[in-house]
Amino acid sequence: MIPNEVLVKSLTEVGTTVLYVLIGTAILEAVLYLVLMRWLKYRYALPFMLLAPAIVGLATLTIYPLLWELRLSFTNMSLRAFKDPQFIGLTNYVRVFTEPVLKQTYFFPLLGRTVLWTLINVMFHVIGGMVLALLLNRPMRGKGIYRMFLIIPWAVPQVIAVLAWRGEFHYEFGFINIILRQLGMTPVQWLSDPTANFLAMCITNIWLGIPFMMVILLGGLQSIAGDYYEAAEIDGANGWQKFWMVTVPLMRPVTTPVIILGTVWTFNNFNIPFFINQNELESSDILVTGLFRAAFQYNRYGFSAAFAFVIFGILLAYSIFYLKTTGGLKGATE
Amino acid sequence: MTQATAVSKKRKRSFFYSGREDSPFKRLMIHAALWFACLIAIYPILRIISVSLRPGNTLLSTDLALIPDGATLESYRIMLFDKPFLSWLWNSLMITVATAVIGVILAATSAYAFSRHKFPGRAVGLVFLLTTQIIPAAMMIVPIYILAIQLELVGTYRGLVIAYAVTAVPFSIWILKGYYDTIPIDLEEAARIDGCSELEAFWRILLPLSTPALAIVFLFNFTTAWNDYLLARVMLGSQENLLTWPLGLQRLQGQFLTQWGQFSASSVMVAIPVMLLFLYTSKWLISGLTLGSVKG
Repeated sequence: MIPNEVLVKSLTEVGTTVLYVLIGTAILEAVLYLVLMRWLKYRYALPFMLLAPAIVGLATLTIYPLLWELRLSFTNMSLRAFKDPQFIGLTNYVRVFTEPVLKQTYFFPLLGRTVLWTLINVMFHVIGGMVLALLLNRPMRGKGIYRMFLIIPWAVPQVIAVLAWRGEFHYEFGFINIILRQLGMTPVQWLSDPTANFLAMCITNIWLGIPFMMVILLGGLQSIAGDYYEAAEIDGANGWQKFWMVTVPLMRPVTTPVIILGTVWTFNNFNIPFFINQNELESSDILVTGLFRAAFQYNRYGFSAAFAFVIFGILLAYSIFYLKTTGGLKGATE
Repeated sequence: MTQATAVSKKRKRSFFYSGREDSPFKRLMIHAALWFACLIAIYPILRIISVSLRPGNTLLSTDLALIPDGATLESYRIMLFDKPFLSWLWNSLMITVATAVIGVILAATSAYAFSRHKFPGRAVGLVFLLTTQIIPAAMMIVPIYILAIQLELVGTYRGLVIAYAVTAVPFSIWILKGYYDTIPIDLEEAARIDGCSELEAFWRILLPLSTPALAIVFLFNFTTAWNDYLLARVMLGSQENLLTWPLGLQRLQGQFLTQWGQFSASSVMVAIPVMLLFLYTSKWLISGLTLGSVKG
């Protein structure tokens, strides 16, 4: 059972936090009310009062840390120089590209591996999700039950799913190698062989990610009116042509944002490489786990801050490029 | 959707009925493919349940039977009574509920401002909220960790609760703003004419109409905090009393070979309620997520 000290301790911890938040918000709103509403009679006083708590929260926990990290990236802060870091200009940024970012791995091989990881995963997510959505998008018996079972990998808490997969990649007792042996094949060293470990990461992430794609794509397929297909049939289109000429173009408003999201999520995926590999093989790190390692295993804080901004720059460039070419953001800020 | 079910109800003649032109063989293949996909989807989960039922002496076996020989609930008993498993759950629950309540309030009011008001900086604000979504979690961990050390917030829940609530805010605002946008403003204007103040109209008209979206945002905030490992690991340090369940579970998994059964039993106990909640709300969840985008 739960010891009393634990009960009380976490209750007080959380309780005081909520209390601080309430008091802080009340003071903030009172000040804003007096200044904006009463004193300045500002036209937009109400929206800003409504936004104020979120603005303060985001400013202290997102903007301020980011600016602080930017400053950090120009210093040599590490565990050795924790108290009085020196300003060293752009040295860290140069180092990201010229020195190993981990023990042996350089930046560009790491970037290449991350791109490969993202491509493989997003491709299988989209193809797998699309195949399952197409199979389910027809009147048939048992559709709801299939959907429920297929959604399960998404419903399991991710940490549990990934840790369980890690167990199943065990050389002797994991079910994958047991099945391989029963089929008369040689079992694979999933946890110690670099290529196999990378493959293990991909298998886990593909398994986890397909349900989300399937559900979103199925929603899109169901919104396509049957008339388009009838018109195509009258024109003599076969199933393959209907898919490429009707389904794919009409699905674009659904597929574009979901591919951007999927790419960013996969690129930034921390849990899967981290838990499958358990911080052992450098050859299985992608950029974000490499970043975590540089900061918390090698304690090179200044360097990892610069590294973080390089990664962020890549993501930002990708998102802007994709949004520009597809016009995905049009109307979103109306 | 409703149309599709109506059609399938009308033509219940054969079990494998599907589409107009599908031959029985094609239908059989489709069902076979779906069966196979379902098997892949649930097999790893069934394995967790199977391992959790194994008695201690056959924990390490190469047997693939789903119900092991001599199945026992011993691992569950150990987790519930001999290990601090319930404490981990309690800690997670406390943090998560506080996070979700704060997060929903923050998002509900901010989304109202974005949906119903035009003010300077609005477009920039919305784009900024989107931009925060591409920041890798590992990038924020470095400065937040060092700042937390300097503010002496490591080893407490204070930093953690606020950090979780704020992390989920941008996405929550987008979801809620999309939902508010679909509700005609006429209703609120009518209430204003009847003498409501603007905030009263928000509270009495818009919020009750947005219950589904609020539920989704609550769920989203809840799962963000409930499933998080990274931030908790960095912020809680080595405080045994404060561990959340992902941290506790990872410790068990660290001594994997000896405690696989206990790890699996706890996984089952954590995952089943979450999965039921998720499956129960999934349809809702999807419509809420896609509503804003469909509206364009």
